[in-house]
Amino acid sequence: MTATATPPTIQPDGRVVAVAGEGAAPWRRGLTRRRVLWVVLIAATVGAYLGFRTGGAADSDDAAAFRFFTDVRNWVDENRDTSPLFLYGFNYLRLGVRLLVDAVQAGLYGLGFAGLVAAAGAVALVLAGWRTALVAVGGFLAFGFLGLWAESVDTLVLTTSAVLLAVVIGVPIGVLAARVNWVSAILRPVLDVMQIMPTFAYLAPMTLLFLIGEPAAVIATLIYAVPATIRITELGIREVSPTTVEAATALGSTSRQLLTKVRLPMARPTIVLAVNQTIMMALSMVVITALIDAPGLGQNIIRALERVNVGAAFDAGLAIVIMAVVLDRITTGAARRRPAAPARHQRPTAANGVERVGAGRRDRWRAAGGRNRWAVAAGTLVVVVVLAVLPISEDLPHFSFAVPVNELTGWIELHWYDGTEWVKNVVSAGLLDPLEGVLTSTPWWLFVLVVAGFGTMASGVRAAVIAALAAAGIAGLGLWQHAMQTLATVLVTIVLTMAVGIVLGVWSARHDWFAAGLRPVLDAAQTMPSFVYLLPALALFGASRFTAIVAGFVYAFPPVVRLVDRGLRDVPAAVVEAAVSAGSTPRQLLWKVQLPMARGGLLLAANQGIVMVLAMVVLGGLVGAGALGYDVVAGFSQREDFGKGLAAGFAIVLLGILLDRLTQGFHHAKGPR
Amino acid sequence: MMRLRTVASAALILSLTACGGATSGAGESTPSAGAKGTVKLAVNPWVGYESDAAVVGYLLEKKLGYTVEKKELKEEISWQGFETGEVDAILENWGHADLKKTYIEQKKVAVEAGSTGNTGVIGWYVPQWMADQYPDITDYKNLNKYAGLFKTSESKGKGQLLGGDPSYVTNDVALINNLKLDYTVVFSGSEAAIIKAAQQAGAQKKPLLFYFYEPQWLFAQEKFARIKLPPYTAGCDADPKKVACDYPDYDLDKIVSKKFADANSTAYQLIKNFKWTNDDQNLVSDYLTNQGMSADQAAEKWVNEHEATWKPWIPAGS
Amino acid sequence: MTSTITVEHLWKVFGPKPERVVGTELADLPRAELRARTGCLAAVRDVSFAVEAGEVFVVMGLSGSGKSTLVRCLTRLIEPTSGEISIDGEAVRAMNARRLRDLRRHRVAMVFQHFGLLPHRSVLDNVAYGLEIQGLGRAERHRRAGEMLTLVGLDGHENQYPEQLSGGMQQRVGLARALAIDPAVLLFDEPFSALDPLIRRDMQTEVRRLHAEVGKTLVFITHDLAEALTLGDRIAVLRDGDVVQIGTPEDLVGAPADDYVADFVRDVPRSDVLTLRWIMRDPLDGETCEDQPLPATTVIRDAVPRILRAKLPVQVVDGDRPVGVVDADRLLPALISHHRQVPA
Repeated sequence: MTATATPPTIQPDGRVVAVAGEGAAPWRRGLTRRRVLWVVLIAATVGAYLGFRTGGAADSDDAAAFRFFTDVRNWVDENRDTSPLFLYGFNYLRLGVRLLVDAVQAGLYGLGFAGLVAAAGAVALVLAGWRTALVAVGGFLAFGFLGLWAESVDTLVLTTSAVLLAVVIGVPIGVLAARVNWVSAILRPVLDVMQIMPTFAYLAPMTLLFLIGEPAAVIATLIYAVPATIRITELGIREVSPTTVEAATALGSTSRQLLTKVRLPMARPTIVLAVNQTIMMALSMVVITALIDAPGLGQNIIRALERVNVGAAFDAGLAIVIMAVVLDRITTGAARRRPAAPARHQRPTAANGVERVGAGRRDRWRAAGGRNRWAVAAGTLVVVVVLAVLPISEDLPHFSFAVPVNELTGWIELHWYDGTEWVKNVVSAGLLDPLEGVLTSTPWWLFVLVVAGFGTMASGVRAAVIAALAAAGIAGLGLWQHAMQTLATVLVTIVLTMAVGIVLGVWSARHDWFAAGLRPVLDAAQTMPSFVYLLPALALFGASRFTAIVAGFVYAFPPVVRLVDRGLRDVPAAVVEAAVSAGSTPRQLLWKVQLPMARGGLLLAANQGIVMVLAMVVLGGLVGAGALGYDVVAGFSQREDFGKGLAAGFAIVLLGILLDRLTQGFHHAKGPR
Repeated sequence: MMRLRTVASAALILSLTACGGATSGAGESTPSAGAKGTVKLAVNPWVGYESDAAVVGYLLEKKLGYTVEKKELKEEISWQGFETGEVDAILENWGHADLKKTYIEQKKVAVEAGSTGNTGVIGWYVPQWMADQYPDITDYKNLNKYAGLFKTSESKGKGQLLGGDPSYVTNDVALINNLKLDYTVVFSGSEAAIIKAAQQAGAQKKPLLFYFYEPQWLFAQEKFARIKLPPYTAGCDADPKKVACDYPDYDLDKIVSKKFADANSTAYQLIKNFKWTNDDQNLVSDYLTNQGMSADQAAEKWVNEHEATWKPWIPAGS
Repeated sequence: MTSTITVEHLWKVFGPKPERVVGTELADLPRAELRARTGCLAAVRDVSFAVEAGEVFVVMGLSGSGKSTLVRCLTRLIEPTSGEISIDGEAVRAMNARRLRDLRRHRVAMVFQHFGLLPHRSVLDNVAYGLEIQGLGRAERHRRAGEMLTLVGLDGHENQYPEQLSGGMQQRVGLARALAIDPAVLLFDEPFSALDPLIRRDMQTEVRRLHAEVGKTLVFITHDLAEALTLGDRIAVLRDGDVVQIGTPEDLVGAPADDYVADFVRDVPRSDVLTLRWIMRDPLDGETCEDQPLPATTVIRDAVPRILRAKLPVQVVDGDRPVGVVDADRLLPALISHHRQVPA
């Protein structure tokens, strides 16, 4: 998933300047003065807090903002079949999406079991090679073996529909944003809101505008996933080498030719990556849309949750993970694949000859694959058609992991409880309660001032103003206490996630075997729907804020580990060699060279962590964390709480913007995963 | 499994463009009332409801020849389904005066279809072992004495009362204030959370005071004792802020879409006739949750053993 | 006098199972064939040499000749496949990790082509890095680092960051960092090839000056023949991992070992490198010479004015002993010889 990516700016003379370098020098020169300022600021904050702290009155159930949202809802309810906005707008959107879903559904179901399995293999073969094709065939067969074939196909239908829409809408917008700076500037905050807005909070308005069912589910998924498409596409287009563009311009290309013959082809791998990320995000959202009557694996998971049956949820969760892995391998394979022709012309140079030896063989294979690809495609097409026609049913012998998983979780719940109870109590009493106490007893205006002050120091005036406005906005929504409680939980989660994430990331960067072993764990943790591990977490930690912290941690640590790993591995080899050559021990190398130099990566990891932890806040509401998450869940469940729930959703967005802006100053250049 | 719709909605879009504007029901399949078609049952997120749906669905399919489509939905969302035609019937409705007002009185898209025969009980519970160990704990007046037992990391030094899914009716916060109890409500946020806590409280002998309700399949597995609150009298819960009495018993009822009722099919009649006891429901719930049966298996078993109960539901002449 | 560094039969083979190459008939295969047959690349093949204390030893070769691999093998930044290396009489390949670290910390320092500076540290802290990881106190290491910056002419840049310096200045920081630990041996891996030509010349001068001032043993890797000839006391020419010739600049230019080296040195103005020794002839019987003789070690170019102005041949002496004579006839071919590459 991506956070806000600040693209490099393009100077009037066409040079692309990364934002990172500027301002670095004054920052360092003014170090001592800054230190004094920090001390003054901290002292002032502590003084003001001690002077003005409040008892922390509970939030009211009836704030102006809540009433406003409820009024909007009532208006929509009353005018759904009369207002032109619906008659000619939303209702048509719904119809159009319905049409798309029906078409995709007819297509996938039309292939039949064997046909669809073969089609998956064929697509993987053409796009990513025979290994991936095996993975795809195995994965799709697994749906049948798990006894979840129909549900899996339903989920695939929704995902495919949403991704198609996301690409059709997102890629052109991304290209436009890359070329027109003001479009990019306007889009950025909009995309921020779309990404931070908790998925639960969309669902209520979705049903309001699009009612329940597949269209609403696809549109909700689209809203969740399309920011990734837009952002990564924009980045890909912006990353196209200015030299190449210059050369093409010098040859007299029109701007249309520049786009179609230079920019788009060169950005192709990145755009495929955008599709990859879109698919991953769509898949995680499609599960949740089961709550608004979307069919598929999500239904199984929710039903299992009601029966407190971890094992049954695990089976469906596993199917989701498998689907994610298959789709991920196919799209990353497609992104890595180079255009076939140039491979033969790359003559290995002696200097890098070693690694080229192996690569050369692959190149030859690829080149051959390139020539034969269409033949292969035609062949597999025939196979697909034959299999689609043959009446092979998905009625395979079933395997379920439900029983062993239930036994295992039962054992863990019984035997680990004392230890986990202790951890929960220590973290709650030692970290969470004091922090929550301070935050909730801070008057809102003081908090706004503190955010403005520290924000200016850390991230500059502009970011600070936005952050302070976000803080004031939260107060305006009438959910101050809940927002501060949520903030405390989020902060503790981020600290724990970063601590563990950095340790694992360092290990993974240093030991390839560890990285290889960790990868499937990270993949699973990222794609396994969180509902599945919620129950064991509940059993171990009870209905508490700490359970929410655990859920947030599981969800957020994979990207943190990946970014830390990447950051460390990206430290230039020359610098590492110089440090080793000077006689650094591995520990010195890590602390004095690699970690400081990977600072950008670490801060990006923290920023990503914040976004992901916020996404889990609502889920926390389901397991006893209360505060904003509970408000959102309640708003989704109870008619009279609708306004409060939506307000809580916006409060979460504002919290996200606040945290994002505050951490942004540390690292200007941000990018997708 | 998702039904395969014909791609006729394309034509629909065109025709709608011609006559201008699409209403919220456009493009959805028409309600199946009348002919032996599809009956769309909302399934709300608790197992008791699933039991109703299992048995009613089984009878509709096996005895009356309908196709049944079950939709896992939250209560609020199910009601919205009446409007779009996504839902024909809700089989176990707990009160919801506000929704009744909106969808039955104002929008006129739904109608009541009588009681299910189940009585909904809401209250505060402790695991049975606590009632055995501390016999006077079941009176709310003694709860403050035991507050220390119920302390958790979430309860801010007071005793914890674990609340339920936000969809349920609660007066817990007001009750604690008005009865001057030394407790805090911790909102578990979901039924799963509360069941998990209750299971552990029983199995591992951990103190727990929680909001719960019957009929509930967990009662077939584990014993819980209800706390006596000041008795309910009519109107004592009129002002939500001043409530100081127990929850009333709910007569659980069925709601169906108006179109479905107007068609007066045998499916509608069966749903209208459906009426059984808490014990019946708990039995089917037990089949579903603790004996690992599918909805159809559980329904089949119950139907085979309780013919006398369901026979009268089947409309005459079918 | 014992050699500071000796290298004997050093091999470095990259690729799968490299140890099977050395000492078998595979070792004699040409590079390309070895790669085709085994997938292995022999980057360094059976190299032996010795570097004397205080000497500037240059390893020269084109890119891919294995010179960077060779220099990295010396402190085992790249682990050699076989062969012996000893520094100050101690076998490097036998050292454990701790001993090896000590070697790198105290005795051998390296300067890199791409500087390898730490972007998050000030210039002063970069120079002090080697001392810091030895565990030296902050004040002491900053003092020493300050001295080193003075030595390389970077006074006043202590608190700047590497990105704020030009390439040449960054490499001076790299140099100061290497010097800070006061090593006996300095290894240079193409240190100036990323710099502009003018700056490169400055830096070469700088290295010569420092060598004269601090008197370290230098191993200098370069692909630039002019640089090799300017700096090297002795030069090893590497080609496809093999040492083709080791000798003084004069040896290389005057007596190239094979066509490869000859081709290499063809463009070199011979008069700049060769001494009179290379062009003197035996005196004819009864030949009279100029009064003032020239030492045999005089570079030809420096002798040009004397010889051309002289009416008689000039005697060449080694110390006091006459070894030959030169005259204008001998001189002129040497002066124009490097124009031979002009197509005939």
